[in-house]
Amino acid sequence: MDTTFLLDTLGQLLSGLPLTLELAGISITAGMVLATALALLRTGPRPGAWFVRGYVYVLRGTPLLLQIFLIYYGLGQFDWVRHSLLWPFLRQPYWCAILALTLNTAAYGSEIIRGGLQAVPAGAVEAGRAAGMSRRLLYRRIVLPLALRQALPAYSNEMISMIKATSLASIVTMMELSGIAYAIISETYRALEVFLCAGAIYLTLTFLLSRAVAFAEAWLNPHLRAGTP
Amino acid sequence: MTAPPPTITLTDIRKTFGTLNVLKGISLTAHEGEVISIIGASGSGKSTLLRCIPLLEVPDSGTIAIGGEVVRMKTRAGHPVPADTAQVNRLRASFGFVFQNFNLWAHMTVLQNIIEAPVHVQRRPRAEAVAEAEALLEKVGLADKRGAYPAQLSGGQQQRVAIARALAMRPRALLFDEPTSALDPELVGEVLRVIAGLASEGRTMLIVTHEMAFAADVSTRAIFLHDGQIEEQGPPAQVFNTPQSDRTRAFIARHLNRHST
Repeated sequence: MDTTFLLDTLGQLLSGLPLTLELAGISITAGMVLATALALLRTGPRPGAWFVRGYVYVLRGTPLLLQIFLIYYGLGQFDWVRHSLLWPFLRQPYWCAILALTLNTAAYGSEIIRGGLQAVPAGAVEAGRAAGMSRRLLYRRIVLPLALRQALPAYSNEMISMIKATSLASIVTMMELSGIAYAIISETYRALEVFLCAGAIYLTLTFLLSRAVAFAEAWLNPHLRAGTP
Repeated sequence: MTAPPPTITLTDIRKTFGTLNVLKGISLTAHEGEVISIIGASGSGKSTLLRCIPLLEVPDSGTIAIGGEVVRMKTRAGHPVPADTAQVNRLRASFGFVFQNFNLWAHMTVLQNIIEAPVHVQRRPRAEAVAEAEALLEKVGLADKRGAYPAQLSGGQQQRVAIARALAMRPRALLFDEPTSALDPELVGEVLRVIAGLASEGRTMLIVTHEMAFAADVSTRAIFLHDGQIEEQGPPAQVFNTPQSDRTRAFIARHLNRHST
């Protein structure tokens, strides 16, 4: 066991951790907002619902790697993209990766939240209507809080997937955890140790995330904890 | 001096669900302080009728007036819909509706359930709503449950919270839709006692119920619905003891027998 090499590798890999966390944090957060909007559209009237069905079909049915490539290499081929206000962002691999990750997770997330929306008891909605709530208030105070609580356990899977999916950003030159791991291997040819170290870091991240979600669940769902009537 | 307009005026209300003709032209007026029990067999349309009052069901035709204010309707794609959702929401907030299945909001505590609409719909100050909610919890005998969640309560307790939630709207009338039908028999009494207490305060109430003895006891008027129409109505002593119609007589007899055994 070459502990010096392992510790050295771990140290180098950890320097990529902030970028991994940024990519995951931003795309999970933005993805969840987008997923909620898509889920509301999906459960609404026809044109919107069909658009979301198509969106989910395409983004769920193609590899994320391909989506990252398409956004990073593909968008720049359109003149109007290069001349648009977004070009300063879209020319950077960082924002391309975040955009691809966000759009991708939003597709999966919208289906999870749709499930949550459909699980909201009709009686809870009816009680809100009977109390004179506007549609907006009803969604803000009753429907979404209940739906998101319902969706959270399934959504934690999606968040964990996203942490792992950030490794694909290395393919568009992002030096996050995996990117650094490839770089070390190409210098040292010690794939086993380096990938084991990287794997350990991902494992720690996903463990911490799943614990965090479990805490959030317990905090948001005191009504599901056993109680004495 | 002119008399104040009736609290609720329904005129020739008709409603079909698909091919099912549920309400076949019902007119009903409820004045302030009246306690009206609505009885009838399952499928006679009594719940639908009650749900039409706050527009939880939209009638196919007929007019609804609340405190003399007519609910404005329009037609969309061949179906009648309320013309002014703001009007409907305002009128709904002036009733307290109590559901068969309580329909408390599971993610909120008892207290949050009660102050939700007063604070967010009626925009009353939170402190005032909380103080009133605590008084209402006292009234329904659940002062110690303010921090509990609905899932931690028995059915009877949940329904009493739902009644407190309805009262927190400072409603012009309380509408009860079979408030004890989802309860275990031993929990029915506690809920009926609370409702009877409210009736004795002179509140305006409409109660759809299968509890005949209770209805006879608390109401000032009883309405017997049969097949989407009012078959008979009058003082409870008449409807329950000396019904004029054969159908009413048969229904009452059937129900008294079922409950006395």
